Amino acid sequence: MKSVVAENLVKTYGKGEHQVRALDDLSIDVEEGTVLSILGPNGAGKTTTVRVLATLLKPDSGHATVGGIDVIKDPKRVREIIGLSGQYAAVDETLTGWDNLVMFGRLYHLSATAANARAKELLEQFSLTDAAKRPIKTFSGGMRRRLDLAASLIIRPKVLFLDEPTTGLDPRGRMEMWKVIEGLVDEGVTLLLTTQYLEEADQLADEIAVIDRGKVIARGTSDQLKTQIGGERLELVVAESDLSAAKVIADRIGGTSSTIDAGLRKISTPVTTGGNALIDLLRELDAAKIHPLDIALKRPSLDDVFMSLTGHAAEEEKPEVPGVKGKKGGRK
Amino acid sequence: MRAISDSLVIMKRQLLQLTRVPEVLIFNTIQPVMFVLLFRYVFAGLGAGIKGGYVQLLMPGIFVQTVTFTLAATAQGMAQDMEKGLIDRFRSLPISRAAVVTGRTLGDGLLNIVVIAVMGTAGFIVGWRPTSGLLKIGLGFLMLLLFGYALSWAGIFTGLIAKDARVVANISFLFTFPLTFLSNAFASTTSMPKALQYVAEWNPVSTMVAAVRQLFGFHNMFGVTKNSFPSTHPIQTSLLYMVLIMAIFVPLSVRRYKNTNK
Repeated sequence: MKSVVAENLVKTYGKGEHQVRALDDLSIDVEEGTVLSILGPNGAGKTTTVRVLATLLKPDSGHATVGGIDVIKDPKRVREIIGLSGQYAAVDETLTGWDNLVMFGRLYHLSATAANARAKELLEQFSLTDAAKRPIKTFSGGMRRRLDLAASLIIRPKVLFLDEPTTGLDPRGRMEMWKVIEGLVDEGVTLLLTTQYLEEADQLADEIAVIDRGKVIARGTSDQLKTQIGGERLELVVAESDLSAAKVIADRIGGTSSTIDAGLRKISTPVTTGGNALIDLLRELDAAKIHPLDIALKRPSLDDVFMSLTGHAAEEEKPEVPGVKGKKGGRK
Repeated sequence: MRAISDSLVIMKRQLLQLTRVPEVLIFNTIQPVMFVLLFRYVFAGLGAGIKGGYVQLLMPGIFVQTVTFTLAATAQGMAQDMEKGLIDRFRSLPISRAAVVTGRTLGDGLLNIVVIAVMGTAGFIVGWRPTSGLLKIGLGFLMLLLFGYALSWAGIFTGLIAKDARVVANISFLFTFPLTFLSNAFASTTSMPKALQYVAEWNPVSTMVAAVRQLFGFHNMFGVTKNSFPSTHPIQTSLLYMVLIMAIFVPLSVRRYKNTNK
């Protein structure tokens, strides 16, 4: 069963020649109990997608359901089953972690006792018990995000939306956050996660939807996406005098013509047999008395995927698009 | 019922903030108390010939000024919550669309009670003595709180449409400052140019000050045109203004909160 379905979402900001199509006929879906990562650069429409699905924003056209409930027609019921945690820690910074969780518990209509119990439970689960009585503004970035995430889990949501949960965190904070998210996934929550980090999508998601300029340009598992742009290749670095001899061997093993980077003395050959191709290559090089300086079987990274799909790198700076990022002043 | 209890949770949040950051409450009360002391002694001469001295005129003026500034406080609080993404989180919760904004106006209203109580005490110490009965004095305070509450809704709307919390405070002062000084709050309006006198007379701050002076048992309106409606009926005019402000800004604010996409 699909927990999240979005069909042909369109959302435009601005008018006339300044008009920006933040969502341009975007469709995605997430199978119950799985993790879909929406991967894309800044301004691609990630946040806008989440805001539509989390009932914060009405699309110009299109249709979406969360847990089978229409987000446009019945937003209030959707809000009862979702959790949302954004790229900004949306908690009251002057209050303590405890105050915040109890407040949100009360707003989810838990009794005072239940709200207290749930706050205690979540603080333990997210290793925040020691900091519970301190104001949020004394928290580290990673702690803030964890508390923000905890606040979105008060009602044990069926569907969780995480909008760039690790943007701006240091590597340690990111690893901690990943651990927490993996724990939630193990518990069976359906998760829609946006990220601009390819590594993060690779690590956390069952399936990845690559979006750019408001459109899904590719989707599949991490492996499928990597295969889609060509599978593995052998990379071989040899001494300059061995270069042409080594190329002949590499060509034979790959069954095709290898590319040579003469400056780096690197030969690159697409292969289909993975490790076996590597063993064959090593044997033949040895027989020909060629000593490889470096040899590796490389799989394309998601960065390569992104480059090949969009023609630009994931972290490429794009001009600020008003209203596309949540923080900027778009309006309905 | 849910909507009411949700609003109360939001209101409680503000009270909690005061206990976690007591500086806010302290600065919120120090400033008006400082105004009371400064104006009481610096402008004492303005009260020549007034029974009980200038402080009798001053206190209603400074009370009204203080509650007028609620607009700026509410606007700033609201804009901060927008900036921090807190409003997004509230909007993703299954709660009434009016709860968050109502809760904030109630919280700011409660803060006003504390501030006015402290100011009143300071005023009493430096010689302020309302002479009407307890009931009328109570009504005077009630009007002050209601006026602050009504303006707080205008503050909600300002905060929701603004983009930047720091700018919000400045913008709201740009309105509230002239409003409080283009009035009978601190000095007689009769010394103003004629055109300004009309503005001052219809200014809701003036009608409020006049109304509260009257309820505190002090009938010197500090220079108003004879027989004009706001001068002769300051209480009714003020109540009318409050109804008007609420009628405009409550629906505007709730709608804006619902559709906000910052």
